[in-house]
Amino acid sequence: MKIGLKTAIAAAVAATLGTAAMAEGSLTVVSWGGAYTKSQVEAYHKPFIAKTGVQIKSEDYNGGIAEIKAQVEAGNVTWDIVDVELSDAVRACDEGLVYPIDHSILPPAPDGTAATDDFLPGTLHECAVANIVWSTIYAYDSSKMADGPKTMADFFDLEKFPGKRGMRKSPKANLEFALIADGVDPADVYEVLGTPEGVDRAFAKLDTIKDQVVWWEAGAQPPQLLADGEVAMTTAYNGRIFNAVAAEGKPFEIVWDGQIWDLDLWIIPKGAPNKDAALEFLKFSTDTQRLADQAKWIAYGPARQSSAPLVGKYNDGKIDMGPQMPTAEENLKRAVQNDFEFWADNQDQLNERFNAWLAG
Amino acid sequence: MWVYTGGEQTTMADITANQAVTGPLIAADGTPLKRKLAQTTRRARMRALLLTAPLVLFLLVSFVFPIGQMLYQSAHNPSFGDVLPNTARALAEWEGDGVPGEEMFAILAADLKQAREDRSIGRAATRVNYELPGSRSLFTRTVRNIGKVEAAPYKEALIEINEKWDDPILWATLKRVSNDYTASFYLAAVDRKYDADGSIVMQDEKRQIYVQLFWRTLWLSALITFLCFLLAYPVSYMLSVLPLRYSNLLMILVLLPFWTSLLVRTTAWIAMLQSEGVVNDLLVWTSVLDDDNRAQMIYNRTGTIVAMTHILLPFMILPLYSVMKTIPPSYMRAARSLGANSFTAFRRVYFPQTIPGIAAGTLLVFILAIGYYITPALVGGQDGQLISNLIAFHMQRSLNWSLAAALGGILLVGVLVLYWVYNKLVGIDKLKFG
Repeated sequence: MKIGLKTAIAAAVAATLGTAAMAEGSLTVVSWGGAYTKSQVEAYHKPFIAKTGVQIKSEDYNGGIAEIKAQVEAGNVTWDIVDVELSDAVRACDEGLVYPIDHSILPPAPDGTAATDDFLPGTLHECAVANIVWSTIYAYDSSKMADGPKTMADFFDLEKFPGKRGMRKSPKANLEFALIADGVDPADVYEVLGTPEGVDRAFAKLDTIKDQVVWWEAGAQPPQLLADGEVAMTTAYNGRIFNAVAAEGKPFEIVWDGQIWDLDLWIIPKGAPNKDAALEFLKFSTDTQRLADQAKWIAYGPARQSSAPLVGKYNDGKIDMGPQMPTAEENLKRAVQNDFEFWADNQDQLNERFNAWLAG
Repeated sequence: MWVYTGGEQTTMADITANQAVTGPLIAADGTPLKRKLAQTTRRARMRALLLTAPLVLFLLVSFVFPIGQMLYQSAHNPSFGDVLPNTARALAEWEGDGVPGEEMFAILAADLKQAREDRSIGRAATRVNYELPGSRSLFTRTVRNIGKVEAAPYKEALIEINEKWDDPILWATLKRVSNDYTASFYLAAVDRKYDADGSIVMQDEKRQIYVQLFWRTLWLSALITFLCFLLAYPVSYMLSVLPLRYSNLLMILVLLPFWTSLLVRTTAWIAMLQSEGVVNDLLVWTSVLDDDNRAQMIYNRTGTIVAMTHILLPFMILPLYSVMKTIPPSYMRAARSLGANSFTAFRRVYFPQTIPGIAAGTLLVFILAIGYYITPALVGGQDGQLISNLIAFHMQRSLNWSLAAALGGILLVGVLVLYWVYNKLVGIDKLKFG
């Protein structure tokens, strides 16, 4: 009965979350939509379909593991492979929602280096394999601000740079940004945030711009907010801003100061209907060439060292992709790596506090 | 007519003279008529019941069962006991003072090893983390290193891995979560928690949110209901007195938005009210507003109130209209001819007759408003969110389903209490939906 109860609730959630039924014999690949999914379709899906003949159904979601949990607990898994953030990959793994992945099956680098040595440190997890390094930065419209902001402190400076601010509706990244803007060294951010005084300090800093903030939830929103003139500057995923610039010719400028970088990884939900095909897809999409190819379409850094030299120009053949990556040396000067363990420990209380702060 | 005479009583003897009966009446097959009748009516009733069986079954499966489950889950969370069963049992017997001894740590270490094999520690860690923020990594890290712990003394070994294992507050929390049945989620849902000694205290001031949101939900729902009433009353009156061909046209104007998708109507309001939207453009064009000072009418509480009032308006108009339609116009004329002025005639004669419609309309609108979710999520911004938005947050984002269930349970009880009060005040039997 215990399982029966949980299963039924999970089934109800799965139904409300609207997971579509899967077509027979095709692989369901779930990712974040927009320019990011497009880069994966171009670099991974199309060559994979050409090589194996397996059809791929691409679905979009907004992150989090709620759908995966609902599907696994209801025993009705329709997703085969999902692109998630590191903190979610770790949580899904700890809760037994995903299959462990044997790293020895991953293809070696072209020069024969084993995959375990080729992947950047920390990008291989017992249940997940990273494909890219992405970053949360902030950006502004340079056609409206000639002498634009340079530092994280400028984002919080309403006097020097008046106008609305776009921010993700979540404490993640915003609290770190607030502390960096308040003068905390990027290297010490999580140490400060680990203390009650640090959290107070971050919220106090956010308070200074609270009534000017427009909150966004999906990654495709911030470039739109900037383009519509709804905000003067906005936090965003760097690849989204890059694409608005490169593909749509928008005059947006990225500020790398205080960027928070993180990983996206593939996970395979327990009970995935096409587990073998999903594993094949995982191996294929994380090989050296495919990761380098993806960088032609979006400014996210490949997780393999051997891919870096292969990264060339954007697909228009003009923009050099190297300096656009979060991992470019110039961009890493005052960068923070997202601390998944800090967030796993503190997200419940910080989410609650953030919600209370928003509602107050 | 069959008359049971039973004995000497023969007042209708002239009618039944030929059938003088000495015992009970007997049906054709020999059973007493009374029993036979009861049998046939019972069979007919059963058949009628059978016709409703699909509905009853549907209600059971889609309504009673899930709600029962939700209520159960709000007070029953076995995550800890499922993952670390032996530790949970040992904790139940432990008297709960300070830090337990070697024996407990040995059991814990064995359970943690098993959890590592099952890859299940995350569930228990999450459960403990709800009560004691920051303890999630204690479990996940310990499990990662548990392979190194091979022999006694386990207590020292675990504390070696992480000194938090030596913290009495942690152990008090573990004892609490080892019980599958808990009130913690209900406490959390009303901004309270257990402190280290197990007594109930308020949540930290900066994390208090739910009580405030419950009140806001009630207050906004009441306000929206009142606004709907104010807007709907004259409209319904007009609908009920206009000649049929005009009132039909007007009725379509009421029903058309009612039939339109909720999302369409909500996004239409976004287009109308946003800072570059129709209303602001109009105000700027007519120089009411300065171009730099456009009014913020959406993504805040105003947006929630405007959009929800519009969306719920038909639920007020329709019951009012159906009641007003039945009030003969001659009543008002009679009141006037008896000397009442038009206000008195309205107040003493017309208004009281519309109360059943008002009662039905306010009940409908209020109860719908209290659970509204999509509209505040889209247009509510920061301060226009209702409690249902936080329930959705815990279902979909934080995955704290027990807390979501507790919030939902409180909302359910709140609605039932309001319904009861309403019944006392207005009387449900007076309700008239049309």
